Amino acid sequence: MMGLVSYLVFFTTIASILAIAVLGLNLQWGNAGLFNGGVVAFFGAGAYGTLLLGGTPQVDHIGGFNLFYPLALLGGAAAAAILAWFVGLLTLHLRHDYLAIATFGVAVTFENVMRNAEGVSGGAKGVRGFSRPMEAWVNDSFTYNLLFLVVVTVVLICTYLFLERLIRSPYGRLLRAIREDEVAACSLGKNPKNVRLAAFITGSCIVGLAGGLYATFYAFVSPQDVLPTLTFQLWAMLIVGGAGNNRGAILGTFLIWGAWTASGWSLSRFAPVEVQLYTGTMQFILIGLVIVGMLLWRPQGLFPERLVVSQSGRKANFTKQNKTGRVS
Amino acid sequence: MIQSLADGVLVGAILSLGAIGLTMVMHMLRFANFSHAELLSIGAYSALVFDAFFSGIMPILATTIGPLSMTWALTLAMLCAMGVTGISAVLIDRFVFKRIRDKGDELSMVFASFGVAMIIRNVLGLAFGLKSQLYSNDIVFAVMISSDPLLLIKPDQVFVLVAAILIMLILHYILSRTTFGYTLRAVAENPSLAAVSGIRLSRIIALIWIIGGLLAAAAGVFYGLNNHINPVIGRDLVLPIFAATIVGGIGSIYGAVLGGFIVGIASNMALLVLPSGYSPAVPFMIILALLLVRPNGLFGAPQT
Repeated sequence: MMGLVSYLVFFTTIASILAIAVLGLNLQWGNAGLFNGGVVAFFGAGAYGTLLLGGTPQVDHIGGFNLFYPLALLGGAAAAAILAWFVGLLTLHLRHDYLAIATFGVAVTFENVMRNAEGVSGGAKGVRGFSRPMEAWVNDSFTYNLLFLVVVTVVLICTYLFLERLIRSPYGRLLRAIREDEVAACSLGKNPKNVRLAAFITGSCIVGLAGGLYATFYAFVSPQDVLPTLTFQLWAMLIVGGAGNNRGAILGTFLIWGAWTASGWSLSRFAPVEVQLYTGTMQFILIGLVIVGMLLWRPQGLFPERLVVSQSGRKANFTKQNKTGRVS
Repeated sequence: MIQSLADGVLVGAILSLGAIGLTMVMHMLRFANFSHAELLSIGAYSALVFDAFFSGIMPILATTIGPLSMTWALTLAMLCAMGVTGISAVLIDRFVFKRIRDKGDELSMVFASFGVAMIIRNVLGLAFGLKSQLYSNDIVFAVMISSDPLLLIKPDQVFVLVAAILIMLILHYILSRTTFGYTLRAVAENPSLAAVSGIRLSRIIALIWIIGGLLAAAAGVFYGLNNHINPVIGRDLVLPIFAATIVGGIGSIYGAVLGGFIVGIASNMALLVLPSGYSPAVPFMIILALLLVRPNGLFGAPQT
């Protein structure tokens, strides 16, 4: 029984952390229409940034600044933001697929550099020497994990509330206006480039925050944690949940992460040994089918974006439309 | 130095073949197709199957051609694989991309292409195993062209380069001398005007997928001949092929050819100064450098 409860705590913690990342992705894709092909690079920048800033000094790589933990976490998020600023500046003024390719390239390169630059990131061995904040005060690991879950949940709720406020604000309306019709937004004196860049950076910052929490939870990060496959998983979560809908994004995360762990568990439990080698392969076929299937049959996701008409007094009679029905 | 250059030219030829199809699709359908490199895998694996089939029914075909490790069976298999890959490309478009395109959501196409890539890559892994395979287990020794500077070249490499250039010349001939080529260029220039002039766009799109598939399959077989075949060919080549496309400028076929060679040579040269572990990151560096200097590529027109 205790095993089940502690597993549930573990599952909820990871799913909540991933949900934060998916919320960040939702700001980029769901609201601003920006395709981030390398979510994992920003996740990784947050993870590595946090551990390097908050860890103890190591002989074989830089970092270990022993920073006060919240500062280290913010530093990780800032690292992700800087990376996003750099990529965004280069690609956001070009055709949309440049951003897709460049972000994908960033993810490949990030993983590659982390794996090879031993002086920076510890190479394939990963970053060690990080002790989880306040772990010394709580001697029971279950209680600690429970506390950690509370912290993660608080961060998730704060992120959710922040994004809900943001997308309901005039700024959020501007984001959607640019997504739907850039020329029209320009004609109203808006500058799509800057708005998009800001949205891209904010989203990446949130993804970086999730990465920082993820690395904190394991007190360890290695190139194995920043494989491009994580990007697919995060996308599947967003698409299943419903791009543009923050609640959908969170529910989609729990759904997909649940399906992922359940399929992995049942394959390892019931499948013959020679098939188990292909567990990951089969899971990724499933993820691919989920992504393609959703796009074909239910592109708005399980919880579609609710479009709102800003002026009160007029009946919101086109709430049924989803964003595929946009003006071209 | 000379060796890196020679290897780079060879890799470049393979990348060019992949990039030609990608640049046409990206220009016509306006989305970054992350599943294009998987067509190379499809080509490489279907050639493996046909090769086994032809060698099985007619053992005489399994003899090697001259000094190459390439057999007659593999040559036939490559032609069949090209057909299979072309048809697969059209089918993928019909079942996935076209249906999403018809909904008018072009941004979702990029998502879908990732999903398709994921499915193809892992289905191939499931069907053929995750281990690397080879067309031929015979060892073909490289010929020393010169000892100082050291230059070793395998006969296969010369063959691949010649064959790739030949394929590109045929394509050039088709594009510049036939009605089909004119049609294609008209559609690329202005799809609505071309449609008004009586060109069926859906047919042209299918033909573009077929050409892309044919060239990708050839590239896949050539890649397999010089390296080995495994399910992650697509993953390893997707970024270099994108880099070639961007360097050449999206939509420019000749740009893609040149881009392929530039990326191939630059990647091999970069390894002279960088540790080899960094090689997967080099194409991205090239993309970055290009976006800083010339965002629309060498031959690309500014696009919105």
